[in-house]
Amino acid sequence: MSRKDWPLWEVFIRSRSGLHHKHAGSLHAPDAEMAISNARDVYTRRNEGVSIWVVESRHIHATTPGEKEELFDPAEDKAYRHPTFYDIPDEVGHM
Amino acid sequence: MQFRTMTAQQQQERFEAIIEAEGKVEPKDWMPEAYRKTLIRQISQHAHSEVVGMLPEGRWITRAPSLRRKVALLAKIQDEGGHGLYLYSAAETLGVSREDMVSDLLTGKAKYSSIFNYPTITWADIGAVGWLVDGAAIVNQIMLQKASFGPYSRAMIRICKEESFHQRQGYEIILKLAQGTPEQKELAQDALNRWWWPSLMMFGPNDDASPNSAQSMAWKIKRISNDDLRQKFIDQTVPQANFLGLTIPDPDLKWNEERKAYDFGEIDWEEFFNVVKGNGPCNKERLRDRQEAHANGEWVREAASAYAAKKAERKEAA
Ligand SMILES: [Fe+2]
Ligand SMILES: [Fe+2]
Repeated sequence: MSRKDWPLWEVFIRSRSGLHHKHAGSLHAPDAEMAISNARDVYTRRNEGVSIWVVESRHIHATTPGEKEELFDPAEDKAYRHPTFYDIPDEVGHM
Repeated sequence: MQFRTMTAQQQQERFEAIIEAEGKVEPKDWMPEAYRKTLIRQISQHAHSEVVGMLPEGRWITRAPSLRRKVALLAKIQDEGGHGLYLYSAAETLGVSREDMVSDLLTGKAKYSSIFNYPTITWADIGAVGWLVDGAAIVNQIMLQKASFGPYSRAMIRICKEESFHQRQGYEIILKLAQGTPEQKELAQDALNRWWWPSLMMFGPNDDASPNSAQSMAWKIKRISNDDLRQKFIDQTVPQANFLGLTIPDPDLKWNEERKAYDFGEIDWEEFFNVVKGNGPCNKERLRDRQEAHANGEWVREAASAYAAKKAERKEAA
């Protein structure tokens, strides 16, 4: 495997606050172990994380921009999925 | 599922609507070829600048005057390497390969910021670079956080978070020298004298001599003109120089009460274009150092590949 064939990896980092792993960026590396160690050097130099995931970019499947309307517009007119849709008298207090 | 395929006209309209609405164009979105090309050129040049920018400062790591200065400088330079990586990654989402970008840099085909073709001849230069060069870069990069291309904008947000320590560590170096012995103060003044004008040139030619700027601004890649960015940098830097008790090497520099901004002298654009063309004090040295560094790293890349291959084989055998 030459340098040319080093795959691209996507890096996900869980911040100290214990939230979900979040996409931080990408890098090239010959294997997962080196991808993780490079990710540590590049993306967590200031205590940004307590856990790292790496996944080869080619394994990520994604929606395409052309699907955007079909997939996401149907959620637009469903206000009843949000708490503010419901009228509760103030006297009831916080709910 | 059956998805609508858009006509060329609809794609163009959709792209324009994203720009108009201050949205972000993402790598898989349709975009005009010229937009893609402009971004590839700009982002890769930006990446090269981060990488080449490590060279003038790298010279001083072994000669930093204290351990405190040394760890700070090392950390800053390491950051710049990271900035190069974020930007190369952003450019790759547009369909260029890392290999091609690196090779364009090493063959001298690609450009990088001219500022890095000036030498760092004294320790005060390390202070001036952090204060002025990173300071100017920050003014530009704050604007670019709002660039219309998502990956570029996100890289800039990350970079800006890391940059402010760069400028502060530089200013602190200059401050200590300016408050030091007469000789030390002279070093600080000398560094300011040499870095001031090249720093102003970092924002590029005047607006009327910068034909591509208008298109970049229409695309919202660039949000503020070269001259306006330069003015912003001058206005924020002059008081910092005054605090140091140093003199900015421009006899025409004076506060304009009407404009609420500093007037300043003519920039020597001949010098600028001369350095861009490759005739600056360090153009050849920088290219040679990059080529050497790349060649010297070859065995590391080979070893990493061999190690990964061996591990994969073992895993298969097990
Ligand atoms: Fe940087
Ligand atoms: Fe920097």
